[in-house]
Amino acid sequence: MKITLQGGRVIDPANKIDERMDVHVAAGQIAALGNAPDGFTPNRIIDVSEQIVCPGFIDLGARLREPGDRHKATIASETAAAASAGITTLICPPDTNPVADTPAVIELIHTTAEQAGMARILPTGAITQGLKGEQLSEIAALKEAGCIAVSNIMQPYSSTQVQRRAFEYAATFGLSIFIHPLDQGLAAGGCAHEGAICTRMGLTGIPEAAETMAVARNLVIIEQTGVRAHFARLSSARAAQMISRARYDGLPITADVAAHQLFLTEHDIWQFNSECHVIPPLRSDRDRDGLRDGLAQGVIQCICSDHQPHEADAKLAPFPSTEPGISALETLLPLTLRMVTDGVLDLGDAIATISSQPASVLGIDSGNLSAGNVADICVFDPEREWILDEDTLVSHGLNTPFLGWHLKGRVTHTLLAGRPVYELNDD
Amino acid sequence: MSTSQNPRQNQVDEQGALRHFLTIEGLKRELLLDILDTAESFAGVTAQTVKKVPLLRGKTIANLFFEVSTRTRTTFELAAKRLSADVLNINITSSSASKGESLLDTLRNLEAMYVDMFVVRHNDSGSAHFIAGHVAPHVSVINAGDGRHAHPTQAMLDMFTIRRHKPDFTALKVAIVGDIYHSRVARSQIHALNILGVPEIRVVAPRTLIPGGAENLGVHVCADLNECIEDVDVVITLRLQRERMQGAFLPSEHEYFHLYGLTEEKLECIKPDAIVMHPGPINRGVEMDSAVADGERSVILEQVTNGIAVRMAVMSMCMASRADGGGGGEG
Repeated sequence: MKITLQGGRVIDPANKIDERMDVHVAAGQIAALGNAPDGFTPNRIIDVSEQIVCPGFIDLGARLREPGDRHKATIASETAAAASAGITTLICPPDTNPVADTPAVIELIHTTAEQAGMARILPTGAITQGLKGEQLSEIAALKEAGCIAVSNIMQPYSSTQVQRRAFEYAATFGLSIFIHPLDQGLAAGGCAHEGAICTRMGLTGIPEAAETMAVARNLVIIEQTGVRAHFARLSSARAAQMISRARYDGLPITADVAAHQLFLTEHDIWQFNSECHVIPPLRSDRDRDGLRDGLAQGVIQCICSDHQPHEADAKLAPFPSTEPGISALETLLPLTLRMVTDGVLDLGDAIATISSQPASVLGIDSGNLSAGNVADICVFDPEREWILDEDTLVSHGLNTPFLGWHLKGRVTHTLLAGRPVYELNDD
Repeated sequence: MSTSQNPRQNQVDEQGALRHFLTIEGLKRELLLDILDTAESFAGVTAQTVKKVPLLRGKTIANLFFEVSTRTRTTFELAAKRLSADVLNINITSSSASKGESLLDTLRNLEAMYVDMFVVRHNDSGSAHFIAGHVAPHVSVINAGDGRHAHPTQAMLDMFTIRRHKPDFTALKVAIVGDIYHSRVARSQIHALNILGVPEIRVVAPRTLIPGGAENLGVHVCADLNECIEDVDVVITLRLQRERMQGAFLPSEHEYFHLYGLTEEKLECIKPDAIVMHPGPINRGVEMDSAVADGERSVILEQVTNGIAVRMAVMSMCMASRADGGGGGEG
């Protein structure tokens, strides 16, 4: 299958390209940008003159609920949602059921994803068995099975010694650690940002210190062990500042933020809106602005969806008893583009936060349109306005506080290894 | 950039009348005064030999208690019966919840029995709002305490009690002593006192029991008991749960009583005609000693009695705002 994407504005941040030209795809790879290679005859020419052509997106945090929670969503349903959102690579956390702490679980995820054929999944493995923070998983075997990184997500380690050894062991094999900074002692039982609003609502708070404490502690251990570390899902301005300072001091760390943290704040949980129940919690206006600053200054390199689809019942209870998380794959691009209209990032940098930057965090040669590379491509219409509603959502999770929002920027085509996996059905 | 909200959770209809009673926060001063005045008219009924009025005849009220309660449930029951309503007492801790039935299913089942009003107590903050968001449009929800969030009828009976002794809210200094952090009663009282125009509300407790951003509630957080209660007209004490020793909130009841427990001696600095309140049940020798609890400044038993009239007022007003005038009440 040879395809020519004709006349689009090509934005490829990794190669510093932003110009109008054709993109030629053959044998699952990018054959050429601009002029077609000699003798290239496409089977299909797609007119994309109204659109932007860019690398397929890489989402650093998406729960697909399989194995374990197929009543919430499946790999098939969520990779289809990803394809409709221009996302070609998904990094999924290890808190599946069973936990992704053995090659068998990783292989199951890979096999199921290949059968679905809608997006690539790069699983992260559990750094400790069962995420219990006690015994190490077989990390070398996990790497061999295809884990891109390891993580204990938000689960605590039984001791600082175990944490240090886990980091050292992972460093032996050059595996990155994804750190979700949350001190479980300080966060215990909490469901909202500790502060005036949480107090008025009578909710148990999660103080900012639950995040900064964990960041500080992890920074020390990262420095000592030399492990390659990525801070995932920051929620506070102060944590972003701490990471900025550590980077300035030469620590090679990176960070991401969930798209919703750039828009919503503690005010949005008012009236106990359980769609805004997320962990880490939505924090203050100052935190949201600080996260935006961190993004603008490159302290935070990536935006991710933090996709967590739920069945309806998971949100049908009093706020503290609901399950946290937002179904977020399909808002990743439009919310990221809003960083451009809000003056935080320019268009190229915005696209980089969901393509070339995550690739660089993961250390993979992806998220770019270099000739010869795999043709994972997203084509979107930046001017197209649409309203997010339950009918437009492809994900099995309808749990999003952005329902009813007027969004701008809509994916029209997604190519996975040169094969169209999504085309917007117009009219 | 705010997210969508459920209009069924609105506790006031377009005419400004009460549909549900979920929280004091956001209600208008006139409405609170209306509740107090209505309660005053029922207070006479409570003292009569024939203690019934027919306002809610034919209405069914379900007391849905997911937490144990004696005073609150009993006074709600009495209030409903004095309004001539049929009352269902449902103690969920011992029924559906233990069978794994969801809150929503419990609710749907009761709705199917043509219940007109739910009086709900639940340990989750926001549970009353949640229920209000899911009941049929003709059903009223009254919050009898949700987690740490609100206990609006308790706050109104406290306001009623205060007004009977101190008619002008705008001339009062009020002290609230104790565990603000865990107290839905304190939150509702603070909102009510602010809305009714009390110019000075002070609170005191060890820092472990003062929630973050407490000043934003409209109170002054004091350093010690004496600063808090000096020259006040009203001292409200809050109940201290015994389990607070486990969570490292406090070292011991003994130390708490030493620093914050009310004694006649410590109360020497309040106004001579000040009143002392407590939502009950009292831990004698922890929040206050018996000399204070049973002393002449204590209005603690009045609070219990007043609970009936205030709850009658809230129930009748909620029903009166419904289509067809509810049970014929004038509200």
